[in-house]
Amino acid sequence: MQETGDRSQKTESSEQWAKNVRRCLLRLWLPLLIILVPLSAHGYEFSGELSMEGRFFLGPSAYSEQESQYGSIAIKPEFYHQFESGSSVLFTPFARLDSSDDERTHWDIREASYLHLADQWEITIGISKVFWGATEFVHLVDIINQTDLVESLDDEEKLGQPMAHLSVPRDWGTVDAFVLPWFRERTYPGKHGRLRTPLVVDTEQARYESESGQQHTDFALRYSNTFWDADVGIYQFLGTSRKPTMELGRRGETPVLIPFYQQISQTGLDLQMVAGSWLLKGEAYYRSGQGTSHAATTFGFEYTFVGIIESSMDLGLIGEYVYNDDTDDNVVTPYNNDIMAGVRLAVNDAAGSQLLTGIINDMELSSTFVSVEASRRIGDKFKLALDATLFIDIDENEPAYSLRDDDLVKLELVYYY
Amino acid sequence: MHTSKFTRALIQIVLVLFLSVRLIQSVSAETPEEKGLAIAVEADKRDQGFADYTAKMLMILRNKQGQESKREIRSKTLEVVGDGDKSLSIFDTPRDVKGTAFLTFTHKVGDDEQWLFLPALKRVKRINSRNKSGSFMGSEFSYEDIASQEIEKYSYKYLKDEKVAGHNCFVSERYPVDKKNSGYSRQVVWLDKDQYRVWQVKYFDRKNSHLKTLTVKGYQQYAGKHWRADEMQMVNHQSGKSTILKFNDYKFKTGLKESDFNKNSLKRAR
Repeated sequence: MQETGDRSQKTESSEQWAKNVRRCLLRLWLPLLIILVPLSAHGYEFSGELSMEGRFFLGPSAYSEQESQYGSIAIKPEFYHQFESGSSVLFTPFARLDSSDDERTHWDIREASYLHLADQWEITIGISKVFWGATEFVHLVDIINQTDLVESLDDEEKLGQPMAHLSVPRDWGTVDAFVLPWFRERTYPGKHGRLRTPLVVDTEQARYESESGQQHTDFALRYSNTFWDADVGIYQFLGTSRKPTMELGRRGETPVLIPFYQQISQTGLDLQMVAGSWLLKGEAYYRSGQGTSHAATTFGFEYTFVGIIESSMDLGLIGEYVYNDDTDDNVVTPYNNDIMAGVRLAVNDAAGSQLLTGIINDMELSSTFVSVEASRRIGDKFKLALDATLFIDIDENEPAYSLRDDDLVKLELVYYY
Repeated sequence: MHTSKFTRALIQIVLVLFLSVRLIQSVSAETPEEKGLAIAVEADKRDQGFADYTAKMLMILRNKQGQESKREIRSKTLEVVGDGDKSLSIFDTPRDVKGTAFLTFTHKVGDDEQWLFLPALKRVKRINSRNKSGSFMGSEFSYEDIASQEIEKYSYKYLKDEKVAGHNCFVSERYPVDKKNSGYSRQVVWLDKDQYRVWQVKYFDRKNSHLKTLTVKGYQQYAGKHWRADEMQMVNHQSGKSTILKFNDYKFKTGLKESDFNKNSLKRAR
């Protein structure tokens, strides 16, 4: 019985693979090539990256549809042209093909924008990416772009966001105004994927509080400036929450989770500050509209020892803390009262070898999360990265409880062209 | 009448003699510290008024075994009257760091300000400029070596005259003012007497042993005034590694403004 089960699963996943290949080629690559090959011939700058990745899960899977090894390839070409005036156009599509997870096989337009540069201001129109924040472990205040969660758990991979972004730098600070006319839904692993909730998130049934749904226009206004040794930013965001709450639902007979996107108002603050040999970092937000109004903060330090053990290596120590006073059960955050510690080693060799190790410990529950990221260049055009993620002693009251068996080693080879 | 004329002439002669003696005294009484500072001030004065310039740089890293690795960097520099220069450096290769950029505001007094732009995350990070002895992108140049060499960052002492690479040079020592964070106890600098250009620098580490030697080659004059080198070589005597910087495409007075050196320009540098 077991054997037959395995075999049918394998056939299913190879069919899936073939389907994914066809889908990607047809939907994205052929039209892209047709449009872009002539463009690149007219003095446009063309570069990009192609990556191969293997993900190896150390423990047995918690759910029968999951695998223990996943292979995938991804491509991210970039087309750029700068005009005489300094204005520019940028186009960066992205696609990933995963061996098993239907949802992780996806494509996106990371950027497709025109930047107009005037003497006193600049405006970006199109699909673009903006990062706000200061801390290393948790990114609380970053809100313009939606998280591409199937790519990674660290909130650092983002989907392209359609926007009009006006930026006005002045002596007294910089004002950034955003109009965001289209909402991007968060991606979630499918039933064959690891690092997921026990019930699969059915993104196709996503619901919205606003009647205009995905077409709701969001707004954001930010002021940032450097005061002596501190870089400070404060913003107000009005629009659709990037993180949904989850509701129970059904797809046919199968119970699923349905994302529900509410309208929120969020005020955020971020700070990076040089204090002697230390770097101090902090982020905070106050959010209303999603359950009870609540606040969250994260802050910490980074201290670097330069040229350790008579070498040219630098060793940075990072300490951070995160607190979230949200008491509603339906908005789950694993970071309610957690302490984080990290070590960053820069070897400063020709290969640019780096090692970043971090540990996150929940101060109320015993749960501990360990992450190791190592990378080095091979020649001028390749980079090899080895990441390990370990979930240790995850408490059953922890939102990340369903990830307890998903200890993972990821090996990635990236080719830059 | 005669007497008074004679007296007046006598007084004048005595005065002139007295003043010239004082003048000679003051010249000969110039201490090595004063002369060292005077040389640095003159070198700085001769490069004043460049307004701004852009350049391309090829960085060649060579390890003990002779293996090479290359980096291409573009830079923009703005002269700030009354304070240190502002600069923006953008990496073109290696490809994995393409688009990474540094924005630096040097200051005559106090710590410099520095930001790093990471293109993959579109993130601007503040850097602690006190880590100045750290390696710049894996090279034998540290942040303090590539930073704008403001007069106020050192104290000086003239040592001797010496011929280097066919040029008659002043040889001076300079000592970092920020002793706590600099990687050096002292530097010995060779500047030619004609044009006050740096030809050689020997760097001594905090234990006062000879760490690195910088050799400069191929000076060319731009905008009828400003001398810039084609090549700089930094050899680390302790690790056996070396880094060569090759410069080209210098352009002076390109019309850069303060607004080309802020966080917005850092984000769209590429």
